Amino acid sequence: MQGAVREHLQSIEACGAEGVLVKWPKDLETLDALILPGGESTAMRRLIDRYGMMQPLRDFAESGKPMFGTCAGLILLAKTVVGYEEPHLGVMDVAVERNSFGRQVDSFEAPLEIKGLDGAFDAVFIRAPHIVSAGPSAEVLCVHDGRIVMAKSGQFLGCSFHPELTEDHRITAYFLSMIPSRSGFPLPN
Amino acid sequence: MSEQGTDRVKRGMAEMQKGGVIMDVVNAEQARIAEAAGATAVMALERVPSDIRRDGGVARMADPRITEEVMRTVSIPVMAKARIGHIVEARILEAMGVDYIDESEVLTPADEEFHLLKNQYTVPFVCGCRNLGEAARRIGEGASMLRTKGEPGTGNIVEAVRHLRQVNAEVRKVITMSEDELMTEARNLGASYEFLKEVKRLGRLPVVNFAAGGVATPADAALMMELGADGVFVGSGIFKSDNPERFARAIVEATTHYQDYKLIAELSKDLGIAMKGIEISTIAAGERMQERGW
Repeated sequence: MQGAVREHLQSIEACGAEGVLVKWPKDLETLDALILPGGESTAMRRLIDRYGMMQPLRDFAESGKPMFGTCAGLILLAKTVVGYEEPHLGVMDVAVERNSFGRQVDSFEAPLEIKGLDGAFDAVFIRAPHIVSAGPSAEVLCVHDGRIVMAKSGQFLGCSFHPELTEDHRITAYFLSMIPSRSGFPLPN
Repeated sequence: MSEQGTDRVKRGMAEMQKGGVIMDVVNAEQARIAEAAGATAVMALERVPSDIRRDGGVARMADPRITEEVMRTVSIPVMAKARIGHIVEARILEAMGVDYIDESEVLTPADEEFHLLKNQYTVPFVCGCRNLGEAARRIGEGASMLRTKGEPGTGNIVEAVRHLRQVNAEVRKVITMSEDELMTEARNLGASYEFLKEVKRLGRLPVVNFAAGGVATPADAALMMELGADGVFVGSGIFKSDNPERFARAIVEATTHYQDYKLIAELSKDLGIAMKGIEISTIAAGERMQERGW
């Protein structure tokens, strides 16, 4: 609906899968998996409510299909958002804090060691959230500077940074391998 | 190990704004309305462009107190305007921690010859442009985001359309040119050869480009998206309308669903009166903000 949509689509296509834009509930029907991109979570939330997307998104999550949230997308997925009474979708077993690295002047890039990937991943953090705590069902995939920045919980994958802003498609490939029919596809190097 | 203020971090911030609406606000209350309506960022300033135009005099960076109040009030990014070439206003805004600086022709220029060397700052900048050459020069100085200039504070979309069409037509031309034609085109546009090679390689501008300067209705916002803008800035259009809340929401939704004309028709019903607007030919040449900067 808003944010770095084009970059995710390019990354999906670079991994040999087909990407489609989702703006309406009916767009969810044909999908195997869904990425919630980076952008502004408050703006996205308003559009989700306005266009009746909340229940269809929760149903999608309920169906067991993989969902991946980057930055604002992670905030939308999380069960708890620190400082807010209600979560957004509230489906992923993590608690996140918004803008937890500071304002834009504090935004940064850094090489990360991520479980399951060989070699460092150059990650771009923009007014990024971080995962304050991961529930028992969640597996922590990456910690940076003492903060959890990537985790997986069941069919949900979330990260604080923006893999779509780099030319490294390994995280998209990792996510696509969570689709049952694509499991076992080798990750690109 | 970690690095701040890199091109990827500064340009990436603008990528996150795509498909969104950035709204001018002059106080915390307006910022709250903008955020609730779904703005992806707010631009804090002392007077909206139409008031600057009406009042005349020198327009400067806003009182830091206004900007700070806005920063405290909303969780979305806060942008603020510095005068063209005003190094110290820009450094003040950076020190205050604003998320983006607009080196803006809406304010009275501090320097009629030199723009800021924006790649010296950690904070990212957005700049106005009317054509690809101007876009190239601003990016060359380190701008991380562009907006076509339009004619601010008029509520008249005609200049915004002209500038967005111009930039996009020149981008398309560069993409279709053969490599051996690019150097001449670089000379003609006043753009660097390396920049044009990058545009050709990418098939687009290397940074996000929003439309600005005259958006007054949901249909105006959708028009700019239709013409290829990555998003829109709305200055006077919201808080100079009869019903800012409704205008703000309708402009956000029309920007997201810019090709859904039935929806835009619904959004446009009974909105009340849009800002009055000014016919461009009635503005004296010396008062056209778009002529500021080069």
